Amino acid sequence: MNNRRIQHLQMQGIVKRFPGVLAVNHVDFDVRAGEIHALLGENGAGKSTLMKMLYGLYHPDEGRILIDGDEAKIRSPHDAIQQGIGMIHQHFMLVPSLTVAENIALGMKSSRGLVLDLDVVSKRVRRLSEQYNLKVNPDVPIWQLAVGEQQRVEILRALYKGAALLILDEPTAVLTPQEVDDLFRILRKMTEEGHALIFISHKLHEVLAISSRITVLRDGQRVDTIPTEQATKLKLAQMMVGRPVVLEYERHPCQPGDERLSLSGVSAISDRGDLGLKEVSLAVYGGEIVGVAGVSGNGQRELAQVIAGLRPVTGGTIHVGGLNVTGKPPAAMNVLGVSYIPEERMEDGVIKEFTVSENLVLQDHGRKPYTRGGIFLNFHVIAKTCKEAIRAYEIKTPGADTPVKSLSGGNIQKLVLARELSRRPKVLIAAQPTRGVDIGATEYIHRRLLEERSKGTAILLISEDLDEIMALSDRILVMYEGRIVGEVPGGKVDVRRLGAMMAGATLDSVEEKA
Amino acid sequence: MIEQILTASVFASMIRLATPYIFAGIGETFGQRSGVLNLGVDGIMLMGAFFSFYTVYATGSLVLGLLAALLIGLLLGLTTAFISVTLKAEQGISGIGMYLFGLGMSELLFQKLIGTPKSVSGFPRLYIPVLSDIQFLGIGEIFFNHNLLVYLAFFLVPVSAFVLNRTTFGLMIRAVGQNPEAADAMGINVARVRYMTVTLGGLFSGLAGASLSIALLNVFQQNLTSGLGFIAVALVYFGRWKPFGVLAGALLFSFVNALQLQVSAIGLDIPSEFAVMAPYVITIIALVFASKQTEKPTALTKPFERGE
Repeated sequence: MNNRRIQHLQMQGIVKRFPGVLAVNHVDFDVRAGEIHALLGENGAGKSTLMKMLYGLYHPDEGRILIDGDEAKIRSPHDAIQQGIGMIHQHFMLVPSLTVAENIALGMKSSRGLVLDLDVVSKRVRRLSEQYNLKVNPDVPIWQLAVGEQQRVEILRALYKGAALLILDEPTAVLTPQEVDDLFRILRKMTEEGHALIFISHKLHEVLAISSRITVLRDGQRVDTIPTEQATKLKLAQMMVGRPVVLEYERHPCQPGDERLSLSGVSAISDRGDLGLKEVSLAVYGGEIVGVAGVSGNGQRELAQVIAGLRPVTGGTIHVGGLNVTGKPPAAMNVLGVSYIPEERMEDGVIKEFTVSENLVLQDHGRKPYTRGGIFLNFHVIAKTCKEAIRAYEIKTPGADTPVKSLSGGNIQKLVLARELSRRPKVLIAAQPTRGVDIGATEYIHRRLLEERSKGTAILLISEDLDEIMALSDRILVMYEGRIVGEVPGGKVDVRRLGAMMAGATLDSVEEKA
Repeated sequence: MIEQILTASVFASMIRLATPYIFAGIGETFGQRSGVLNLGVDGIMLMGAFFSFYTVYATGSLVLGLLAALLIGLLLGLTTAFISVTLKAEQGISGIGMYLFGLGMSELLFQKLIGTPKSVSGFPRLYIPVLSDIQFLGIGEIFFNHNLLVYLAFFLVPVSAFVLNRTTFGLMIRAVGQNPEAADAMGINVARVRYMTVTLGGLFSGLAGASLSIALLNVFQQNLTSGLGFIAVALVYFGRWKPFGVLAGALLFSFVNALQLQVSAIGLDIPSEFAVMAPYVITIIALVFASKQTEKPTALTKPFERGE
């Protein structure tokens, strides 16, 4: 532990090459005590790579790091911690089976030599959590904590180790709006105490709300660094993407048609073995987008899977176009016109080792016109269809025979979209359709979803991204602990109210408070 | 008939026969808790058994024999660590390779250096004043009439539990086995921790081998261990990765072993093949139940690589 303060940290001319990629290209970056410097960029822009070099997880090929004017050698996380640099990773670096205190003691010297001093650690943790108003019980195992609490443990640990500078890699990705407010309060408190903070994000409104300066990265290069007062959403988005972008979509009013999908009292068991879906009832009509909001792990995954026929239903019924399809396998759902964009696109959406064209005909390879006599694949037709799909859906790929695993997340998602939409679905289930997808591709996917809506498709949009839900949905359902706890109309939505419901408050109680 | 079978001497041999299981199982526990599965335990045991036996046979010194077992265990443990940590080889397959190496090499050396089965005088039973003489329930015979390595093995159990649960090193081992990325981010050298645990496992496997060849059986022959090392690996699962769990499993197996010896000694009309099979059948049954446990180190058999 040390109490050193970092007044000014500079990264100068940093270069990092990975095989075949220039991940970070001559980037300058600096941060001062008492400020929050936001690092903004798309996936793959080099934000995380740059910060991993600051934390000693990667080594820069060129460039240097100065702390208060002196060159610092940071070869490992251990060195970084010694220099007073801490990092809160996007995927929490906690050991679930260990307690909070054990996680914090991990890798630190004990006051009793080789023997652990967990009681001492616990006491200090309690003191620190009072000082920074971070409520955490040091003696419970991590797996019993909610995500927001786990993040507080990460922050506490960094403070415990004497971090003067803290790197936060996409810290809000897993939090509810209320938890984000709490986090921001903690971060402001930390800057008051003289900490320097680096806030990595791709969410524009958060960056605008919390930072004092913003640096935008694109394709491994620094686009610019500007004071937050001079930034607007539109300007930042443009800097990130490199061209003008649309953040709000024009849309004609919803004209709901016939009932396409209905669930009544549907329950299902989750992977954890408990009841993940509890008597869910909903209906989606042709020509509307129904958004399902909620914090990750509240039954959204199970909901998508029961409709796609991938998870057994333990109670209730599912109707598609008036037909009872409860318990029908995925192939039957396909035939009935249900298309599914799965949440885990790399696991459930594509076969990564297969080529673009093979993935495009994954479902229909056994049907005309892709087959001759139901036995032989008709490569000529497949190639032609694929070429069209690649062009129509703007899939950036070297060719139709490229293995899918070498495409970017955005392009893989476009491929899945191309496959699912080409089947002219009556019902479309889109689960986290833009997770990990860059702004450009996100914009494209959103447009396509709205186009489908105009065509009269019934769309169930399941997303943890509230902005996405609010931008696209005609109605919004909120899920909490496997139930639908409320429904609000789309359009002008009070984020606070939505957030409260995502955290378990019912619609009535939210309205009472308001 | 029960009195004929469950004699004090059966319990005494249960304690004695548990020794190699405990050594090998505890060693394997350290490796697995850090995320490395070493299936080559049996091979390392055979090498440890041979080298300690040959040293005692050639020099008559039990201390040198023990050191020889520790040395070969250390070397083969380091080799296993190099293969699974540095080269990141598939641990199940490379472990079988190590087993086959130990099996073949110990046999070859035995043929070349000794030739025909011989016996040595191994570690003698220690007489402990007063305690060894307790007649009540045969306590003296059961617990206080063993050689040094038996006591060492049992002593190792609480020590290992303490190291794993109460020390900074133990915390590192558990963290590296559950979430190496997190440990790495906390400045822990994942590879170094795994080298240490796997080498320690090799050391203990060598000791396990020596406990057979210069303390319990005092002979060496081809495939002396007859798969005992594999049971030790299974015991780690059975014992849910806890030293006292491994001890319980070791006692269960050695009890079955001791019973089997006793049953054939008093000439009961049970085909001896059944008795020989019993421990292995129990292993499988035990594993079916043990495999449902969730205490398993999540990073077990997964090589660690820093990356996105």
